[in-house]
Amino acid sequence: MSDERPVAETDLAAAALAAAESVPVSPHPPTLFEVQEMELNFGPQHPSTHGVLRLVVRVDGEKILETKPDVGYLHRGTEKLFETETYPMGIPHTDRLDYVAAATNNHAFCLTIEKLLGVEVPRRAQLIRVILDELQRLSSHLVWLGTSGIDLGAVTPFWYAFREREQILDFFEEYCGARLTLNCMRIGGLPFDLTAGWVERLMEFVDDLPSRIDDYEQMLTDNRIWKKRTVGIGVISGEECIEWGVTGPVLRASGVEWDLRRAQPYECYDELDFAIPTRVNGDTYDRYIVRVQEMRQSVRILKQCIDRLEPGEIRGKVPRVIKPVAEEIYASVESPKGELGFYCVSNGSNRPYRMHVRPPSFINLQALPRLAKGHLVSDLVALIGTIDIVLGEVDR
Amino acid sequence: MADETTPPPEAAPPPPSAAAPAHKPAPPKKVEATDAGAHPWVESIRRAVPDAVVSAKEFARQVTVVVDREKVAQVARHLKDAEDFRYCVDVTAVDWRARQPRFDVVYHFYSFSKNDRIRVKCAVGDGEEVPSIAEVFLAANWPERETFDMFGIRFAGHPDLRRILTWDGFEGYPLRKDFPVEGISTGAAVYPEEWPEGGGPSPDDPNRKAVS
Repeated sequence: MSDERPVAETDLAAAALAAAESVPVSPHPPTLFEVQEMELNFGPQHPSTHGVLRLVVRVDGEKILETKPDVGYLHRGTEKLFETETYPMGIPHTDRLDYVAAATNNHAFCLTIEKLLGVEVPRRAQLIRVILDELQRLSSHLVWLGTSGIDLGAVTPFWYAFREREQILDFFEEYCGARLTLNCMRIGGLPFDLTAGWVERLMEFVDDLPSRIDDYEQMLTDNRIWKKRTVGIGVISGEECIEWGVTGPVLRASGVEWDLRRAQPYECYDELDFAIPTRVNGDTYDRYIVRVQEMRQSVRILKQCIDRLEPGEIRGKVPRVIKPVAEEIYASVESPKGELGFYCVSNGSNRPYRMHVRPPSFINLQALPRLAKGHLVSDLVALIGTIDIVLGEVDR
Repeated sequence: MADETTPPPEAAPPPPSAAAPAHKPAPPKKVEATDAGAHPWVESIRRAVPDAVVSAKEFARQVTVVVDREKVAQVARHLKDAEDFRYCVDVTAVDWRARQPRFDVVYHFYSFSKNDRIRVKCAVGDGEEVPSIAEVFLAANWPERETFDMFGIRFAGHPDLRRILTWDGFEGYPLRKDFPVEGISTGAAVYPEEWPEGGGPSPDDPNRKAVS
């Protein structure tokens, strides 16, 4: 077993790449012991798989030679259900895709239909949508931070992260009555206006948040154990990410500055001032840094949106019965996991003829065998965490 | 899809400084598809892969090119190498049931340098094979498997064409229009007396409430 992990940060990525490439796949150099390859069944019920994901792992001792993901345990036929119901009835189904980031799912769905109809969303609704999106991004990243910390033995950040997530869910609950399956957007706008005092309480929370993020960073960023478990693990280059279709924080941690909020802005993202955090090494540690930095940027966006809020309408002019022209459309948003797109084919009736989801988790999970090759079984846990999959979205 | 590199006129919000009266949303605009036969990307495909382009259209600034089924892999290769569409966003299909050929396989590609998308489609009959693009784009591997799983469209040359969301041995293709929404009997029901298989609510159920 080659468990030599240099602690110094210099050239770690290069060292890890070289290590991954030099993994002997077939017969090992002769040793005193009998070498035996073994097939290990990882999941579907395993706490670190964050749902029901099964991996068939071929290992030599602790070293991973090959990983075969087996998905579909949570398949509920969402795309089929879309076809049987009217357009507005599809929104609650999207909550159940990525169930830790329901707002961005609702958003992508509504955006697609709005594009098809040519409907304009009023400015206040745009701002509130961005606020909900960014709160959702924060809460999704907090879940990721807490759970992937626990996967690697860092239990404390979990309590900190879930404390703040709880507050965010309270904001959602006050806005739309639900905490997870929000159903908080409508085609052409929003279902409700904000309740009294919501914005003020949000401002208080947002002012407080950077110091909380400092707390997480204090626990992990320079933590020697955390670094030993993450630096140089699962290195992937930007080119490879694009080749695998990987988007979101994983792509940005590999040095590609691409974010749909900037590249193809929707709602009012084009007038907001925020940075797109990137890193160059593309390892698990960098993906952690990128997500934490993204949380700080979400705070910036939230503050700007709150400043710009003005009274106004919250729903655009949408026909009572939604019957789009018989056309096809694709629209996508930057969900916390990556590019979340919907492809809709209409045949002119009040139900979508075909509704396809482009789920970031599903596509990103494809790259797991590539990331895991040559690492140890315990690193596999870190790697499942670092891709940040939600099985509801993988299996749909 | 010439997407929002410049903000689309209908979504242009008033500048924050302008103390305009409450912003009134405009009524929906009629968007219509136009022919995109002269689009530079379509021209480029036409030059590189002769007889590939069947038709092309543009709707809501999204370009759709219908190509010949046999030439999909060549078109994908050309788009990747010559037109810099390096990111394969998605592969999926649409079942047109009564139409001949029955299916459309739909590909979305994205170019980082153009910051734009293109949609490529090809018509496939029931039982016909489409050349796999999994060799051109690694990203197309799982989406093609999913398309096979859900529609039963086979991709020739795919490295690992197995079912992905349903299990090996599942019979039927769930996203085909003739597959019942309420499900089929698979022999896996836990309490068949109480919850019979294939007993889910059908969209034609009179008790089902539909909102517009």
